[in-house]
Amino acid sequence: MRKYWHVIRIGFENTLVYRVNFLLRAGFGLIPLLATIYLWQTVYRGQNSLVGDYSLAGMISYYLLVTVVDTLTAVNEDDWQIAADIKDGNISQFLLKPIDYLTYRLCLFFSGKIIFTVVSLAPVGIFIFCLRQYMVAPAGEWALACFLLSTLLAGLLQFFISYTLALMAFWLLEVSTIIFMAFAFEYLAGGHVFPLNILPPALEAALNCTPFPYLLFFPVSIYLGQVRGAALWRGLGVQAAWLVFFYLLARLVWHRGIRKYSAVGG
Amino acid sequence: MDTEPVKSISWPRRYAGIYAALWRNSVVREMGFKSNFLLWIVVELLWFALQLCFIGVIYLHTDHIASWTKWQVVMLVGASQFIQQLFQALFLSNCIQFSELVRTGRLDFMLLLPMNTRFLVSLRVVDLGGFVNGASALVVMGYAARQLHLSPSAGQILGFLLLCLAGILIHYSLMFLLSSVAFWTVRAQGIIWGYYSFFNIARLPDAAFQGFFKAFFTFAIPMLLVANVPAKLLLNKLQSPGSMLLLAGMACACFVLSELFWRFSLRHYTSASA
Repeated sequence: MRKYWHVIRIGFENTLVYRVNFLLRAGFGLIPLLATIYLWQTVYRGQNSLVGDYSLAGMISYYLLVTVVDTLTAVNEDDWQIAADIKDGNISQFLLKPIDYLTYRLCLFFSGKIIFTVVSLAPVGIFIFCLRQYMVAPAGEWALACFLLSTLLAGLLQFFISYTLALMAFWLLEVSTIIFMAFAFEYLAGGHVFPLNILPPALEAALNCTPFPYLLFFPVSIYLGQVRGAALWRGLGVQAAWLVFFYLLARLVWHRGIRKYSAVGG
Repeated sequence: MDTEPVKSISWPRRYAGIYAALWRNSVVREMGFKSNFLLWIVVELLWFALQLCFIGVIYLHTDHIASWTKWQVVMLVGASQFIQQLFQALFLSNCIQFSELVRTGRLDFMLLLPMNTRFLVSLRVVDLGGFVNGASALVVMGYAARQLHLSPSAGQILGFLLLCLAGILIHYSLMFLLSSVAFWTVRAQGIIWGYYSFFNIARLPDAAFQGFFKAFFTFAIPMLLVANVPAKLLLNKLQSPGSMLLLAGMACACFVLSELFWRFSLRHYTSASA
């Protein structure tokens, strides 16, 4: 559709304005990452054994891969913008024009992610290069391909979850508290803070019943070769199922929200 | 400015009066959105719990990080949270809003008021939720102290509080320095966001680091002093008073630096609206 290409182009132009902010964000984000890596190095130095199934190199690779997947998939400003569009009444124009708001936001998300990734390439690339002695290779060509596919699904899942949360602005004055709470759960249960498979098995199994691991942990564990064979295909299936679920939820919430919105706007 | 009624009150009393009025304003504002106020407290508690989970998970697999045991690190994370939350309560939102003041031209109006502009800009809004979260950090510290069978003396507790003040002063000075960049470019939000990354370092045990990283975050950006020194005082981990003096010295240095940059920027400031 030509009109959506147009949206992507607008998205490029709008986000390019923020390139310095993006660069600072990507650059500053590496400082706590470096601190975490030093912390784990100290832990490994103190005990000479594996943590879970991770060697020191495996553990550092894990955090580097988390950074890569996060750069490629994390929602930056989209949720705040969507909530602001609803609060300021900007969505009225989308109800009149033949443009689907969800597709419109998805185009903006993609263009924003492309700019963010390009800007982050330098700081993240240099960082990984400096730590290349610890970086393990992907578990195989198939693992790499599945990793990329799973990362794409993770990005879409991120977007639909954030989109649905931002739509709460139809009902609530302030959605930032909800967004930050969801972010905290995602951070912990998604595997940002530590790899989920160093948790006690029961806890890990419980987390796998939530969508959070599929936002980050799952693609990273494919790269590291921790899931393979039937488990890999099952995982991708579950990830796709969550994606469909949140897509439908986003559509449903939007329809409910619009009804509420028109009722208020008169 | 030197009219009779102003002269008749001493300046500390005048500023205390102004600050009390700012407090009243903030309380009224917060109480206008009670549920939101409570939700923000929950958000901060969740993130605090998240940090504690990280420590808990690491100690599932090891019993020490350098010389630090589990409950000692919990004490440190608590101290860091305590300092950060008090900083947040008193200063953070003011620092974040500063670029808005420049952009909208409201700063010009404040510059005309017969009082110290930095005082007003830094303390305008009080974020009351920070005090609640600071209290929850103290509860966690108290629990950790019981696990460690610590019974700190009154002197230790007083020293801890004074060192926390120095830590808050460091956070404030550095954040204020960063927000003063708004004088030069209005798009300074990314820098402020970046300071959040530094909070993450403050709650990690200093013994886990070495070399350039440790030197940089001790002497250039003293994040490894802010919470580590007060926590070590309570944990009886300080061998000499040297690091306490270092923390106090760095706090003064950061404050002086931020004041110099503030004055320098003000001299070069040509209003946004003109």
